Amino acid sequence: MSKLKKKIDSMKPMFEKGGKYHALHSVFDGFYTFLYTPNETSSSGVHIHDSNDSKRTMITVVLALLPCCLFGMWNVGYQHHLATGECVGWLAQFFYGLWAVLPQILTAYIVGLGIEFIVAQLRGHEIQEGFLVSGILIPMICPVSTPCWMLAVAVAFAVIFAKEVFGGTGYNFLNVALVTRAFLFFAYPSKMSGDSVFVSLGGSTPVDGYSGATPLGQLATATGENVQIYGVDGQILDFSNLFWGTIPGSWGETSTFCILIGAIILLATGMASWKIILSAFLGGLGMSYLGCAVGNPAYPVSMVSPIEQLCLGGFMFAIVFMATDPVTSCRTETGKWIYGFLIGVLAMTIRFYNTGYPEGAMLAVLLMNCFAPLIDWCVVNSNIRRRMKRLAV
Amino acid sequence: MAREINIKKGLDIPLEGKAEGKPEPIKSELVGICPDDFPGYTWKCDVKPGDTVAKGSPLFHAKEAEGIKLVSPVAGSVEEIRRGERRKILAVTVKPGEDVYCQLNTDSLTEKLKLSGLWAMMRQRPFDVVPDDKTEPRDIFVTAFDSSPLAGNVIPTHIAEYLEPGLEALKKLTKGTVYLAVRPGQGLRTKAATVLDMIGPHPAGNPGVQIAAVAPVNKGETVWTVDAGTVARLGMLLKKGYCDYRAEVAITGPAALKPKKVLTEIGASLKDILKGELKEDESLRVISGNVLTGVKVDPETDFLRYPYRQITIIEEGDHADEFMGWASMNPKKFSIKRTFPAFLRGLEKPFNFDARLKGGHRAMILSGELDKVFPFDIYPEYLIKAMMAGDFDRMEKLGIYEVAPEDFALPEFVDTSKQELQKLTRESLERLRKDS
Repeated sequence: MSKLKKKIDSMKPMFEKGGKYHALHSVFDGFYTFLYTPNETSSSGVHIHDSNDSKRTMITVVLALLPCCLFGMWNVGYQHHLATGECVGWLAQFFYGLWAVLPQILTAYIVGLGIEFIVAQLRGHEIQEGFLVSGILIPMICPVSTPCWMLAVAVAFAVIFAKEVFGGTGYNFLNVALVTRAFLFFAYPSKMSGDSVFVSLGGSTPVDGYSGATPLGQLATATGENVQIYGVDGQILDFSNLFWGTIPGSWGETSTFCILIGAIILLATGMASWKIILSAFLGGLGMSYLGCAVGNPAYPVSMVSPIEQLCLGGFMFAIVFMATDPVTSCRTETGKWIYGFLIGVLAMTIRFYNTGYPEGAMLAVLLMNCFAPLIDWCVVNSNIRRRMKRLAV
Repeated sequence: MAREINIKKGLDIPLEGKAEGKPEPIKSELVGICPDDFPGYTWKCDVKPGDTVAKGSPLFHAKEAEGIKLVSPVAGSVEEIRRGERRKILAVTVKPGEDVYCQLNTDSLTEKLKLSGLWAMMRQRPFDVVPDDKTEPRDIFVTAFDSSPLAGNVIPTHIAEYLEPGLEALKKLTKGTVYLAVRPGQGLRTKAATVLDMIGPHPAGNPGVQIAAVAPVNKGETVWTVDAGTVARLGMLLKKGYCDYRAEVAITGPAALKPKKVLTEIGASLKDILKGELKEDESLRVISGNVLTGVKVDPETDFLRYPYRQITIIEEGDHADEFMGWASMNPKKFSIKRTFPAFLRGLEKPFNFDARLKGGHRAMILSGELDKVFPFDIYPEYLIKAMMAGDFDRMEKLGIYEVAPEDFALPEFVDTSKQELQKLTRESLERLRKDS
């Protein structure tokens, strides 16, 4: 037994019932099981178990988010330096971004995990790992300039009212990260959209011709045909900017390339359903073609070419990391096809035809989260009907 | 004509310690029969310490159906009525003496089955209990192979020739069909039953899977399941007038010193058959049965338990103290998910498992993982939720009558949330049975 383990074991009685710090036993348990896999052996049923557990599951998803996260940090710095006209190396840009988003990440984790710890303590449960993923997801889907206090309020609202009141991780029916985003969007609309929230200027004066509008924001307010999208420094953006992600936006979701790396990690490890991703992709693509074919100039976003359309906004990020949340998505295999497809279609429909919301992915996923149990109910009922029919024959 | 059934969902867990070779005969110095192995009836003890019993003499009778007996597999004298909490009988032990067979004075096939203890070796769906003697089965499913990890033979070689007459006799017990499920490689062919060639990974050998593939059990129907070893014993009883209660037992597992096969009595003392098999100074778990459905036993005092075919020895692992196991890149940690690098090493190579849960109990998070090892037209997650809620109506609608606890063994193994699914299924089936 290592010295560390001995030391921790010697502290254990203080956190047990009757101990001095019993009030903190869930926190102690949380850290203990983080450091050492529990030695608990099976007491009924199977005698051996697969090595995968909830911690490994969550950490794999966090790993899949890392490319987007690291790229996003660099892009925050890159956009800042484009906007201010400063010329610095990529490392300096990365560190600028890191410092800009670190307070958000810390706020999300401290508030979210704090609530998780308190609730686990009150319920006498072990600490659940669900927030490990939500905690990093939340800042990534918010504008870089979101004030930390707003984030703290939104995280607290989402964790308490979208998760804990339903019983905690595994029982929520809405995606916690998206509820946080939706809360921010509706409670503080001026800080969540517009031309000034997606680029961190850090107090510097921007260059001439600067505009902080995201490509989707520009499209939503454009008029006429053959709309051009401009970067923060006034340069025209093309497809490669959209694909690699060197555009302003919610900082974690701009790079389609990094999202695809994340998707590969999630699919290879079996942590996300390929059915949901594929069907949402097809739904979005189909709707983009339809939008293009209809070509109504009153809705300029719908006229963007379908492939570029998919790379814009948070669509790809939402279908890879949000729609695939196993707890809030459909749980039957047939249901997953329907659920994913409708997310794709709805996300694009909202983006095209509701100019009040430049991006529809968040609302589409939340809406389908609400419908997921209904879809599953229909699928399971068809199985029940089949069984009943057999009985009748 | 054999009917081929292809099972795609499932998993062959690659456990180290397969037993090979011919069975070595071992005479046990004490045998014990545990009434808990035979759910569905309350067992009343018929003997007291010092009584002399013959091979096949009753030790217990069922309170609800007096004719159904549990019998002594050896001739000798009753040594002890072993009791647990609240004087519950845990086992009756018999010290073997001179070989004397108990004569069955009846011509009725059903009576012979009940009196010889073979009835209690059968199971019925629904509920996975010893069959109710007042119900006629729709069909009977005989299983001639065991697909669970490291399993040995189902039919003891020395009585294999009696399988055919046994199957012939079973035909008289049902108006329906007698099915014999085999592996195509076994070369078992018979005219006495409809042969099912089962292809695919475990749980292809579970009767529940075979029934589901042929004709699932509906509400109000009863199907009997029995292993081919018991059918061969029945065949011998009918041909010879007495029954051989010896079993071929595979001693297996990553912690077994010398995995081997032994030929010994049903209910043999583990102390006798595990001599020289256990590593000293190590915390071991001895399981009577396989790692998925077996019972944890004490190698010093306990006995070979139903279905009397296998012993698996694994390390307990309760002192493993694995540092940050969730971050481990150890390729020797088995997982069917690719979150661990074991798949790079090849998931078909044998792995060493210990008894740790390797995680904490959680609510259901991942979806679809149970379905991948559950070859039924049932939504396991929804059935589990109905069982947790104790909703009988929903359980019925979702197919509880088609499953036994063993069918939830693989889902329990792969479950990321480490839920006790077999225990839940057994408790739910019992509540449902008592309610009906």
